[in-house]
Amino acid sequence: MSLDRFITAASDYAQRVDEFFWLLVALSTGIVLLLSALILIFMVRYRRDSNAPRGELPEIYRHEIEIGWTTATLFLFLFIFWWAASDFLAASTPPSNALEIHVVAKQWMFRIQQPGGAREIDELHVPVKTPVRLAMISEDVIHDLYLPALRIKKDILPDRYTFLWFIATKTGAFHLTCAEFCGTNHSQMSGQMVILEPQDYARWTTAQPQGDDLAHRGETLFRSLGCSGCHAVGASVHAPDLNGLYGRTVHLSDGRTVIADEAYLRDSILLPNTDIVAGFAPIMPSFKGVASEGDIVELLAYLKSLSAGTAGKGAQQ
Amino acid sequence: MTDITLPFAPVEEVGKGSYLDEGHTLTSWLTTTDHKRIAVLYAISITVFFFIGGIAIGIVRLELIEPHGMLLTSDAYNRLFTIHGIIMVWFFLVPSIPATMGNFLLPMMIGASDVAFPRLNLLSWYLYVIAAAFTIYVLISGGVDTGWTFYPPFSSNYSNGHVVAAAVGVFVVGFSSIATGVNFITTTHMLRAPGMTWLRLPLFVWAMYATSIVMVLATPVLAMSLLLIVAERAFGLPVFDAAHGGDPVLFQHLFWFYSHPAVYIMILPAMGVVSEVFACFARRQVFGYGFMIFSIMAIAVIGFLVWGHHMFVAGQSQLANLIFSFLSFIVAVPSAIKVFNWTATLYRGQIGYEAPMLYALGFLGLFTIGGLTGLFLASVPIDIQVTDTYFVVAHFHTIMVGGSVSAFMAGIHYWWPKVTGRMYNEFWAQFAAITMFFGFNMTFLPQFIMGWEGMPRRYHTYPEVFQIWHVFSSAGAGILAVAYLMPLIYLALSLKYGARAGDNPWGATGLEWQTPSPPPKENFKRQPVVTASPYLYHETGRPGTPHETTPMRMQGEPQ
Repeated sequence: MSLDRFITAASDYAQRVDEFFWLLVALSTGIVLLLSALILIFMVRYRRDSNAPRGELPEIYRHEIEIGWTTATLFLFLFIFWWAASDFLAASTPPSNALEIHVVAKQWMFRIQQPGGAREIDELHVPVKTPVRLAMISEDVIHDLYLPALRIKKDILPDRYTFLWFIATKTGAFHLTCAEFCGTNHSQMSGQMVILEPQDYARWTTAQPQGDDLAHRGETLFRSLGCSGCHAVGASVHAPDLNGLYGRTVHLSDGRTVIADEAYLRDSILLPNTDIVAGFAPIMPSFKGVASEGDIVELLAYLKSLSAGTAGKGAQQ
Repeated sequence: MTDITLPFAPVEEVGKGSYLDEGHTLTSWLTTTDHKRIAVLYAISITVFFFIGGIAIGIVRLELIEPHGMLLTSDAYNRLFTIHGIIMVWFFLVPSIPATMGNFLLPMMIGASDVAFPRLNLLSWYLYVIAAAFTIYVLISGGVDTGWTFYPPFSSNYSNGHVVAAAVGVFVVGFSSIATGVNFITTTHMLRAPGMTWLRLPLFVWAMYATSIVMVLATPVLAMSLLLIVAERAFGLPVFDAAHGGDPVLFQHLFWFYSHPAVYIMILPAMGVVSEVFACFARRQVFGYGFMIFSIMAIAVIGFLVWGHHMFVAGQSQLANLIFSFLSFIVAVPSAIKVFNWTATLYRGQIGYEAPMLYALGFLGLFTIGGLTGLFLASVPIDIQVTDTYFVVAHFHTIMVGGSVSAFMAGIHYWWPKVTGRMYNEFWAQFAAITMFFGFNMTFLPQFIMGWEGMPRRYHTYPEVFQIWHVFSSAGAGILAVAYLMPLIYLALSLKYGARAGDNPWGATGLEWQTPSPPPKENFKRQPVVTASPYLYHETGRPGTPHETTPMRMQGEPQ
């Protein structure tokens, strides 16, 4: 295994992080050299019984020195903060048309679900120069997906979605690994990320064992789990209409409003009594223990496909 | 270099009439309320634990020479690094300087005859021993594999190690910290000698005072969070269990609300020690005394507001990430000022290079490297890349081990004649100090490199590309082990064969040196009255003279 699988900067963001890192290295080296030089000069010149003159510094001069280096340090640190923060903020929001891939982590593997329906274990195929958004959740303990070539990682929590996004700029195979201690075989929870040209990615997708794409599988589940009995248009039970729900603002019965994102949809399936939509009775049963994390991923993909054109296009590609 | 020579020959009994002479039975030690004897009890206990924790990580470093894990099972590996972390943090580093040097010296430095609550002080040591018993139980019954951070839901519902016993041990040792903290705060407020105003306190006392405040305010939060882990694991109370509406990330907030201030519990005392040592061995007053006090207090206060920088990748909001990043840069400013002030203390000094000074200079170098790499980690994009990698491991070891242990060794050597009445062997001490500095850098500089390249921490097996750095690091750890064993031997030998130190072998100005070495039980034979600020190593307005001692801080010399 070559070091390139780790240190190649495979996105523009990774390159910016590297530039910033080396700037900090240069600054730090400068500070260390300056301090070392001062200390060494003092150590030699003012060693015990040397002939160097040792007058007293005027008090006012001492204060000026203190205030001077305090201010200089503060401004230097604020400059570094500003640089780091602007790099970070520039990379904070994924574009809405990102390709959406789901990651379900468990001891000790990553299960990847591609929007086209392909499933992978410890491998992540993505197209180059395309925004990719990973929606991640854990089935047991906290894990962390670490993609060193992209200079990103994010904890994967049980029962809460976390996200990573990136636009890769280099093709090739890179390392992928778990960075949050998760038990016995933590160090073996790793694999590879394969970045392909878009046409190769499409070819790879079609070569996978054929199955319905995520949204279609979700639609099947939507019926087999009985969701459609209430939520389908024309159903006799009074339940919220789910068309176009994803990404919309929802008014709740207790006066709050929430955005219908992945977390909200997931909670509504597993803990339906937490956020009751205004105007509806809390009659929905919980699907905890009925729908697995993988099922929920598929259901969400289906719900997102009902909002095509607004957000979550990835689910339909 | 020094010209003190130490004949390795038995000299006559030292310490007649001292605290060491107040009883020679085991009972006299185990029932003592003398702060000096309690300090010695603590010193022996933490030394034992330092070497247990050291052996654990020694086996880990041996294992990591080879990428595929030849020696241990993954479970054994995970248990070894966990016990290393638990022991080194709570049974060595947190009590290290406060419970030993703080206990011994804080009352003497302010001119008191003991701490404010002597029996509470003894109780704190017994709490430490009870907690230590739990930890030893964990160790011999098979260990715990959560890492020292006890993150749920792994620790609460998945780990098959002895989580409850380990958490109870840490819970109990926390009360030992709190007792020490309460004692030091009260002692500093109530028992200062006449004339010992706040602005005449040695920086070591200020550092202890700040540390104590952090101990008293932060440690209860650790106790709460560990209690909740025990409640969840043993009784099924789902506080952190997401499946029942709990929140595993809540634990991380609580844990780091203690554990980030805890790193200041480990480093502030070290700053206090080296401030004393630099002043004494450069024969200068500490540069910027007022700024130093201000920095110590600023670090203690702002240190409470930066815990979120441990959670940049834990799904925290972006706004929270930026705020915690900003505050982490702010807390670095007073630390930087201290480095400049120590450097400036050397300016126009009369610098001697006895072992305490070498250790203190080692501290200065390592603290600077540790502090600068802290800026890397305070920057969100860099932190995202290197958190949970060896970069972080190297960073906090450079501060907490490189910095704190170097300062601990500086203090041990500096006050050794005070505590024992005898001198250690200067040549071996200087040799050990230099070996420790090089061993330390050889162990941890490679870890910075592989961490940046993407080598995650807590990995039993690892990609072969990182083997070269692991081999370097393990070799460094071997050198470090030798450097840690050397003081154990020559300090032990000095107890029997060391030359008599005299009352004040360094010509130091601190109040603790204006009394016999080793000191009598009541510390001072007459109530000291303080008339001047500390660090009068040279008179203002005229050049310092070599080996000048100015014990002008006391009236009524006890003779």
